[in-house]
Amino acid sequence: MREIKYEEIVNAIKDMCISANNVLPNDISEVIEEAYQNEDFKLGKETLEILKENAKIAQKEKSPICQDTGMACVFVEIGQDVHVIGDLNEAINEGVRQGYEEGYLRKSVVNDPMFDRINTKDNTPAIIHYEIVSGDKLKITLAPKGFGSENMCQVKMLKPSDGVEGVKDFVLKVVNDAGANACPPMVIGVGIGGSFDYVTYLSKKAMLRNAKSHHPDKRYALLEDEILEKINQTGIGPAGYGGRTTALSLNIETYPTHIAGMPVAVSICCHVARHKEVIL
Amino acid sequence: MKKIVTPFTSDDALSLKAGDQVLISGVIYTGRDAAHKRLIQLIKDNQPLPFDVKDQIIYYVGPTPAKPHHVFGSGGPTTSGRMDAYAPELLKLGLRGMIGKGYRNADVKDAIKNYQGVYFGAIGGAGAYISHCIKECEVIAFDDLGTEAIRRLYVEDLPVTVLIDCQGNDLYELGRIQYLKEHNYGN
Repeated sequence: MREIKYEEIVNAIKDMCISANNVLPNDISEVIEEAYQNEDFKLGKETLEILKENAKIAQKEKSPICQDTGMACVFVEIGQDVHVIGDLNEAINEGVRQGYEEGYLRKSVVNDPMFDRINTKDNTPAIIHYEIVSGDKLKITLAPKGFGSENMCQVKMLKPSDGVEGVKDFVLKVVNDAGANACPPMVIGVGIGGSFDYVTYLSKKAMLRNAKSHHPDKRYALLEDEILEKINQTGIGPAGYGGRTTALSLNIETYPTHIAGMPVAVSICCHVARHKEVIL
Repeated sequence: MKKIVTPFTSDDALSLKAGDQVLISGVIYTGRDAAHKRLIQLIKDNQPLPFDVKDQIIYYVGPTPAKPHHVFGSGGPTTSGRMDAYAPELLKLGLRGMIGKGYRNADVKDAIKNYQGVYFGAIGGAGAYISHCIKECEVIAFDDLGTEAIRRLYVEDLPVTVLIDCQGNDLYELGRIQYLKEHNYGN
């Protein structure tokens, strides 16, 4: 058994909270630059220019790209030969606590969803997903998720007979419903298959996958490009002011499913698609 | 690029059209979900508001904490639709402008037309960029709400775009229609 100390995890999470909020990932910067080159609508182009300038200022001044520094979503792949000394959940939450305080990040979590809604004042608890994998490493992905775009995500249990067209129609419907509210240009993750709960998880994983990557199955890879092209013909555009660049990327993740179903989930992120990962 | 200085009068409002790019200078106020809920409760209880909303602009924002020696943290707009339940009441009392992002419902559009208001858009996600325009900041009400407290800001050349004007024209509809027309995309 390989041992990993509590403090190592706390520090890794803390550092990722700060850097993820202040610096755009390379893949996202690249797709924004490409979109800027391809944008042919005046207001759209000007908006993308401001977003590029904003990212530059944030990186230079070490300040958050967006004021909604999100709820800390954490994806952990834990090797079965790893032993964490101490409480892993608590280590992650302690890292979030320290990162949001030291990084001057906004604490946006309330203790109770409906009745009390009192701010927990340290941005905990985080949302944590665990996967057990082989090996003796611990891989942690941190994605601070803002709720302007989170509020626009949707899931639907399609029928198998709805087919490819059903999936395309649903994704376009979600994007149209979201429109300006999701702070376009959007980064979109689509989950297909699994079950009602698992498909939303798949869509989040798709959203976090490198923006320039493709599904390994060519049929899905082509579908990623086709739906993205359709989304960029809706005219919603950057900030919703009109233009080509409604979405920067669209990734699909799939999983086997039941003979009677075809669950589809669409996760939407704004252009501040923050994700950082570390392998301990 | 048009320039306006607050207080923001009905004459100023009437001079603006959806799609106009505007630089705002002067005093504006922040407020989002929880602060709006309290403002409306004060109105219901016949209590005075923490500031007179007449000819003022409310910016829907919950900033990050300011670093030492900084006036303001990162501060882009939040989704305005969550304030739709409260905005008409404030417009009726003379509130002239709102700054946010995202769609408004029919009640807000009607109130904008009836009371000569303007809905401005700031660019969602451009929090660090916008922060540079904020020169002074003071919490004036509901300090316990933290990021959601009401702040009085002094801004210089805050860049915004007119999304809904006094006639009810909506850039979110017009911009999209114009783009689709230019590209002959069916919708």
